[in-house]
Amino acid sequence: MNRLPRCFCFLFMLVVVGHAYAAAPDGARLYAQHCAVCHGDSGTGGVGVPLALPGFQASVDDAYLHETIRRGRPGRVMPAFTRLSAAEIDAIVGHLRGWRKNTVAPTFATTRIRGDVHKGAALFAQHCASCHGDQGQGGHGTGVTFSRPRDLPIIAPALNNPGFLAAASDSQIKATLMRGREGTPMVSFLKQGLSEQDIDALVAYVRSFAATAASAQPATAIDDEPAMLMMESPYTLEETVEAVKRAAVGKNFRLIRDQILEDGLFPAGQQNTRQVMVYFCNFKFLYDALALDPRVGLFLPCRVTVVEREGKVLVMSINPKRLSHLFNNAALDRACDEMYKLYEEILEEATL
Amino acid sequence: MRRLLRGVLVLLVCAVAVGARAEDLLMARSHAQFEESMAALQQAIGAQGYTLSRVQRVDIGLTASGFTTDKYRVVFFGKPAEIRALSADHPDLIPYLPLQIAIFAEGDETLLIAANPVHLTAAYTDPELGAVFARWEQDLRAILDAVRQAE
Ligand code: HEC
Ligand code: HEC
Repeated sequence: MNRLPRCFCFLFMLVVVGHAYAAAPDGARLYAQHCAVCHGDSGTGGVGVPLALPGFQASVDDAYLHETIRRGRPGRVMPAFTRLSAAEIDAIVGHLRGWRKNTVAPTFATTRIRGDVHKGAALFAQHCASCHGDQGQGGHGTGVTFSRPRDLPIIAPALNNPGFLAAASDSQIKATLMRGREGTPMVSFLKQGLSEQDIDALVAYVRSFAATAASAQPATAIDDEPAMLMMESPYTLEETVEAVKRAAVGKNFRLIRDQILEDGLFPAGQQNTRQVMVYFCNFKFLYDALALDPRVGLFLPCRVTVVEREGKVLVMSINPKRLSHLFNNAALDRACDEMYKLYEEILEEATL
Repeated sequence: MRRLLRGVLVLLVCAVAVGARAEDLLMARSHAQFEESMAALQQAIGAQGYTLSRVQRVDIGLTASGFTTDKYRVVFFGKPAEIRALSADHPDLIPYLPLQIAIFAEGDETLLIAANPVHLTAAYTDPELGAVFARWEQDLRAILDAVRQAE
């Protein structure tokens, strides 16, 4: 009994020390761990937008950076870093600022800017929608990834995003519109001939997205979706595999190969041959999905697995509807719904 | 003392719970070019006690579609006995077997992505599987860290 509490005290101390250690967080290390994968080691961009450009750093304040990290961009790839402490987030902000020591970080007032929303809507359709989308939903794809085809060197961020709207003050949005962000496709609209009043109208219009921004969240929670699709086949394993192939080809997929689950894990002869995976692909679909999010290749090409268990033959696949949740990318929703229907049809046809 | 103990326990549970919200995707960036990163990945998979079962190309036809890189693979791996036991006891888990990591070139660097197996916990409620998913998460993190740190 005496030993037990001591053990707990020790553990407790570990926890306390852990927290004390967290009180002096290392921004560079945290950035490398959480951000570099998308924004690049030195902030040059990748899956995420560039963060080191002077034109960007001069147009955002620390509060905006802090809130952006905390809230992420729901449905637009960037996750919310809810597990980082305020001190850790500040350390990351300090690290970002360290790239541009000569750029003075601005501070923006949080007061609302008044403007004519209707006029703003018209101006938005005329000057902004081509890049930011007609509803401010952002450009296709995300960030900047030079190895992939993009319409712009940097994809325009979503403006109707709850994370963006909560992080950006009116005066910061106004400053971005007045001055633009040098080195990015976002130009100064003052120089483009708009008046300050026009810009106030645009700010008011962008702010009005807040009313609908909540709908940018996926309608269902990830756990509402079953993890997989499964049907029972009235045929033998071999017949079912052939039926899956026919069904896939009938849906314009190209067969890539089939293999047994234990291939490569056990030597031939010792493998369980009653678990067969059929791979197939539609290149247009693959290309479109990768353009939306280069990470989805993780679940491609498509695969249906046929398994014989105690005399029963089962046909199954993953549930693609879970994927847009995993990737935090609302743009994938449609592609995933489509993939879900195709899987369902293939499973149905193969077991008809 | 009893009280203290209970207090400490509550604190501990809180500390663990705060850390428990899982990331859905595990990702890493390697400074090395694709070929070196791929070699480091395969080595890390072996070092972590897993057997590589297959490397799947995902990039067939990508260059023709306008992608300037064609280096995109999914690497499959598992522990043979574990995959066999799991597929026997939990056939409904088979679509997620074996484990997989996507690896693709981004300029002169390489990105690696894995789904965090812990996201499956809510769908596969067997506590035994929960422990397996948690271990896989640790192993995947160790593999990705090894590739990140490889020069
Ligand atoms: C040619 C394409 C293009 C046009 C036209 C354009 N933008 Fe942008 N905008 C961008 C890009 C790209 C960025 C991201 C710049 C960066 O990486 O810092 C951006 C950034 C912004 C931001 C900051 C968003 C953020 O997440 O930091 C706001 C606000 C904005 N634009 C509003 C507008 C408005 C309003 C208009 C119309 C008056 C407009 N933009 C027109 C491309 C465009
Ligand atoms: C999974 C990829 C990913 C990760 C990880 C990520 N981001 Fe982002 N980030 C993005 C994307 C994509 C955007 C642009 C969203 C859009 O297009 O609407 C973005 C936007 C931002 C912006 C707003 C830029 C602007 O123009 O206003 C900041 C600031 C930012 N990220 C900082 C960070 C920091 C700091 C971290 C680490 C704590 C991080 N991000 C982690 C993908 C990511």
